[in-house]
Amino acid sequence: MPDLGKYADTVLSAYGVSIALLLVLVWLSLRASRKAKEALAKVDRKNG
Amino acid sequence: MASIWEYANPLKFMRLTDRVLPWVSVLAAASLVIGLIWGFFFTPDDYRQGSTVKIIYLHVPSALMAINAWFMMLVASLIWLIRRHHVSALAAKAAAPVGVVMTVIALLTGAIWGQPMWGTWWAWDPRLTSFLILFLFYLGYIALWEAIEDADTAADLTAVLCLVGSVFAVLSRYAVNFWNQGLHQGASLSLDKEENVADVFYLPLLVCIAGFVLLFLSLVLLRTRTEIRLRRTKALIAREGMADA
Repeated sequence: MPDLGKYADTVLSAYGVSIALLLVLVWLSLRASRKAKEALAKVDRKNG
Repeated sequence: MASIWEYANPLKFMRLTDRVLPWVSVLAAASLVIGLIWGFFFTPDDYRQGSTVKIIYLHVPSALMAINAWFMMLVASLIWLIRRHHVSALAAKAAAPVGVVMTVIALLTGAIWGQPMWGTWWAWDPRLTSFLILFLFYLGYIALWEAIEDADTAADLTAVLCLVGSVFAVLSRYAVNFWNQGLHQGASLSLDKEENVADVFYLPLLVCIAGFVLLFLSLVLLRTRTEIRLRRTKALIAREGMADA
């Protein structure tokens, strides 16, 4: 861990918030993709 | 040579992106991890900003993508308005949530950095204000897509909103040049090497920018594929309903 000095809270909170937001965005995108794939497969199966 | 318009065909788009998406995603993850680790662990403090300079690796790429995501949406919207390709309208729709997250990251990291450096979380400075308005445009754009049931009407109206919002995307980028006032400094990156940040910060910053661009691309491709699948599911259900009637 680098020595962030008196700005440690500032730097760590910027990284924490940003990485958390990016991870949530990726997770939501993957989840929506999986759900859409399942829904289409279900309709396709129904239609034979 | 294949024309780019061939990929306006949803089937061809799905086939192409099925092959491209894994590579773009891996490259995005690799460049983000390398860039952020390089910037966070292996770059020195700035003589004036101290360790807060490390926030540049998040703030600059996210701000860049917040503006460029809107321009990508603008191009896709224009293609929809002029050529009526559904994939382009869906790509614009898919890009908006990614753009809004980039805007939030840029605003938050800017505020967190501004507090110790400027002595305030926020100032009604031209660039900050135009960025906040851009954020509101993103929210309005997403809300408009959700509010209108007919997909083509939603695509038309959101495309027009996108054209209007482009003014603020341009202002977000050039506000510092237009109004020579406010707290926000000029561009950190420039084609003029004299104006760039020092190489020790510049190189990891370039890797982070590449990471954010690739992340944006992979998420837009993934989300566009999702939108195409949702559209197809809806069409099949509607067809079923008509057959049953």
